[in-house]
Amino acid sequence: MTGEVAVLGAGMHPWGKWGRGFVEYGTKAARAALADAGLEWSAIQSVVGANTVRCGYPGQVAGATFARALGWQGARVTSVYAACASGARAIDTARAQILAGMADTVLVVGSDAAPKGFFAPAGGERPDDPDWLRFRVLGATNPAYFALWARRRMAMYGDTAEDFARVKVKNAAAGAANPYARYRSPVTAEEVAASPVVADPLRLLDICATSDGAAALVLGSMETARRLGVSRPVRIRAVSSVSPSHPRTALDLPDIATDSAPPGSPASDPFRPSIARAAYEEAGLGPEDLSLAEVYDLSTALELEWYEDLGLCEPGEGAKLLREGATALGGRIPVNPSGGLASFGEAVPAQAIAQVCELTQQLRGQAGERQVAGASAGITVNQGLFGHGSSVVAVR
Amino acid sequence: MSPTRVPVVDGWFSSEGGEFRLLGTGCRGCGAVYFPREDVFCRAPGCAGSELAEVPLSRRGRVWSYTDGRYRPPVPYPSGPEGEWRPYTLIAVELAAERMVVLGQGAPGVTVADLAVGMEVEVVPGVLGEEGGRTLTTWHWRPVAGEAS
Repeated sequence: MTGEVAVLGAGMHPWGKWGRGFVEYGTKAARAALADAGLEWSAIQSVVGANTVRCGYPGQVAGATFARALGWQGARVTSVYAACASGARAIDTARAQILAGMADTVLVVGSDAAPKGFFAPAGGERPDDPDWLRFRVLGATNPAYFALWARRRMAMYGDTAEDFARVKVKNAAAGAANPYARYRSPVTAEEVAASPVVADPLRLLDICATSDGAAALVLGSMETARRLGVSRPVRIRAVSSVSPSHPRTALDLPDIATDSAPPGSPASDPFRPSIARAAYEEAGLGPEDLSLAEVYDLSTALELEWYEDLGLCEPGEGAKLLREGATALGGRIPVNPSGGLASFGEAVPAQAIAQVCELTQQLRGQAGERQVAGASAGITVNQGLFGHGSSVVAVR
Repeated sequence: MSPTRVPVVDGWFSSEGGEFRLLGTGCRGCGAVYFPREDVFCRAPGCAGSELAEVPLSRRGRVWSYTDGRYRPPVPYPSGPEGEWRPYTLIAVELAAERMVVLGQGAPGVTVADLAVGMEVEVVPGVLGEEGGRTLTTWHWRPVAGEAS
């Protein structure tokens, strides 16, 4: 263990399609987090922004962009990009600054105004960019990759489209109780089955939407929490940060092909399980100690994969765990009690921060109708393009 | 006059000698194979190699997974909003010799109903689309005769 940091405040901007700019969403989330922490903006010593992709500077220098919007006050600023893992990498950066004694109070902000429809690479003619190439040469959208994994689960483990739909039904039920979620209506299995196929076997309601949204955290040293009179703060105990091992032989975004593996050589450690394993090792706990988990349900099928990669069940048994009700609210280990990306949609730089906002609310016992009774430990896990993997463990 | 045929990316496939093959590169030091081709440095972490030679990849492999695209993908996919839209099949194929998975579109007429994980497929020349008066050529995966489900 490397030491803990305290979550002093958490705040979000409701997710949806609001038609406004990411700076506005992020600033509102930041102010909500500051208010939750009971801190003035002037008391923040460092700002870490999770970058959003913009074909101009402001999104690329998110730390400074939010610092300017909140009012220049001299704080250290940092900006972080790791695609879908940007928010987690921003949290990790803030934590490192606190543990290194560089700052006692750090504001972390992620915000985005996402385009409608498929995510696409930035413009231009860029044949040296794997992300550009997969769209150019194959039309391989993000849902196409989610569908490849879903189809492979069906072939390997016997998962069915009905299993996938159950994930949506579960997460929509939880999201209906979350005031920050974009979609707040229950969804039935019949509605999933009636939605159009986007990439076989996945239908529209199996795939998360693109959204506007923002999330922010105020992190501080344990000493700062004491000084502020917070006797039992939610504590971040681990932030894993791993990249894949060579040869990576499972096809993943944004690649057109995997690494090769010499004949007879053992396959390398798969990537996704290594993300959670590193977090467990750092936190000194295991899946049996968890009260809840927040995972990237970019597709319904992918949520089942995370159950296995988090060690909540054996490989291939994700659908069984779901069918037993273990991962629903009220079950043994609720997964995505926030409603998940199924209910929020993707606002890329914000979503890994939003996961920790949910852990914070749950661990404080402030999650209302979706409260996990007696929550004492939670994990988030997320993954960004180009080999970024992160997982956060929080306890109270 | 028929449109000029150009590969969608230079140097990724070839029909030289009459046999259509995907072209990767192989590290002379450790034997790692790369597709898309890696021409400058070997990416194996324990290898300092920088001599990579062009190698044709296996013509056949087995389906690792598959899907299709029912909606028009965004640019830079060569299918402008005004052009004809044809859904396509995507097939991820595991090559036994190289032990790598290579993604490609299915040959025209191959739908998800024709495929199964583990089925043998082969690489064939294909057309990706038309753009700026040119025909963009590519590779396609096609079930090997007798493997249709």
